[in-house]
Amino acid sequence: MKIAIASGKGGTGKTTLSTNLASFLAKTYKVVLTDLDVEEPNSALFLQTELIHAEDKFKMIPEWNKTNCTLCGNCQDVCNYHAVIKIVDMIMVFPELCHSCYACSELCPTNSLPMIKKKMGELKHFKTDSFDFVESRLTIGEEQAVPLIKQTLKFVDERFDNNTYKIYDSPPGTSCPVIEATKDADFVILITEPTPFGFNDVVLAIETMQELKKDFGIVINRYGLGNNDIENYCDKNNIQILAKIPNKREIAELYSKGELLWDKIPEVKSELGKIVSYLKSHV
Amino acid sequence: MNIVFTTKGTDWESKMDSRFGRAEYFVVYNEETKELTSVSNKDVEGEAHGAGPKAAQKLAGLKADVLITGNGPGGNAATVLQKLGTECYIGAGDMTIEEAYYAYKSDSLKKF
Repeated sequence: MKIAIASGKGGTGKTTLSTNLASFLAKTYKVVLTDLDVEEPNSALFLQTELIHAEDKFKMIPEWNKTNCTLCGNCQDVCNYHAVIKIVDMIMVFPELCHSCYACSELCPTNSLPMIKKKMGELKHFKTDSFDFVESRLTIGEEQAVPLIKQTLKFVDERFDNNTYKIYDSPPGTSCPVIEATKDADFVILITEPTPFGFNDVVLAIETMQELKKDFGIVINRYGLGNNDIENYCDKNNIQILAKIPNKREIAELYSKGELLWDKIPEVKSELGKIVSYLKSHV
Repeated sequence: MNIVFTTKGTDWESKMDSRFGRAEYFVVYNEETKELTSVSNKDVEGEAHGAGPKAAQKLAGLKADVLITGNGPGGNAATVLQKLGTECYIGAGDMTIEEAYYAYKSDSLKKF
């Protein structure tokens, strides 16, 4: 089962929920946790890990070879991202803008834009004492998270079967990286906090999931803070609230030390239990 | 010499646009013929990425010797401008085009 944890707003508890849910599920089931927030992966901060495998990840970009180029400009006309531009008597390539679609390369009449490999990041596979953990990290300066997220999901799918609970700690926001991280999931958990910002952004995330026709539910973190807007919205729109994690100082203290919560805070454990029973009966 | 301004309008009194890639217009002043012409850059509105290189490419078409703007181009556009040999002056974002031109002539703009 593939479960993506997303949020809309950043800092609402995606990683807290991902790491705790993975560890909680691993008592009973086979689990792999994957940190897909490749621009800023942080799940590892809460886990004791042993590295078992690392590999570089590459994307393909065109490289201009001027020998046979007639400067026809076809390459720049077919590029949707302005990653290939003809400037006077030369073709310039901007690797960070390139989406590796191959159009310029394949449609070049003189084969003057062969595709070459460019490192975009690194994938690491770890073991914790009870589950597997995979994280990818984008190289500094790279702008596109999507190709690395795609390759990371492929790595996980090839190594873990469908009897494994696959938990995806997704990037924040509602743009392409989140779409990529959630689109293959069987279920998406949207975690939010009961503040005006949290409410605004979770509504955007809800609308995104509805557009994608995803099965999803809500977890309210720091419950007790702020107001009831989220609960009222979910009531009115028939959206399932799976769990409410209380706003407690002890939770913040454990988090600040990089520790997991569920084995120390009974309310967290019982709320995780509610999520798991919902998943087992509905997904 | 062709001097290009990033602007929000098309006459001498118009405000400069501090942005380069997403400037509303490029206004060109030809110092020899004293002509002021302009091209709209509004077609970049729908572009999520690559506005800078695309704008720099427009400058190539305008045969810009000098660019006067506000914040300055980003890395990709700066690479293109360097290849084109276009000199770039920044810090004119809050001026009118006319003020920016005289600031340039009196050497009070910063070279990028």
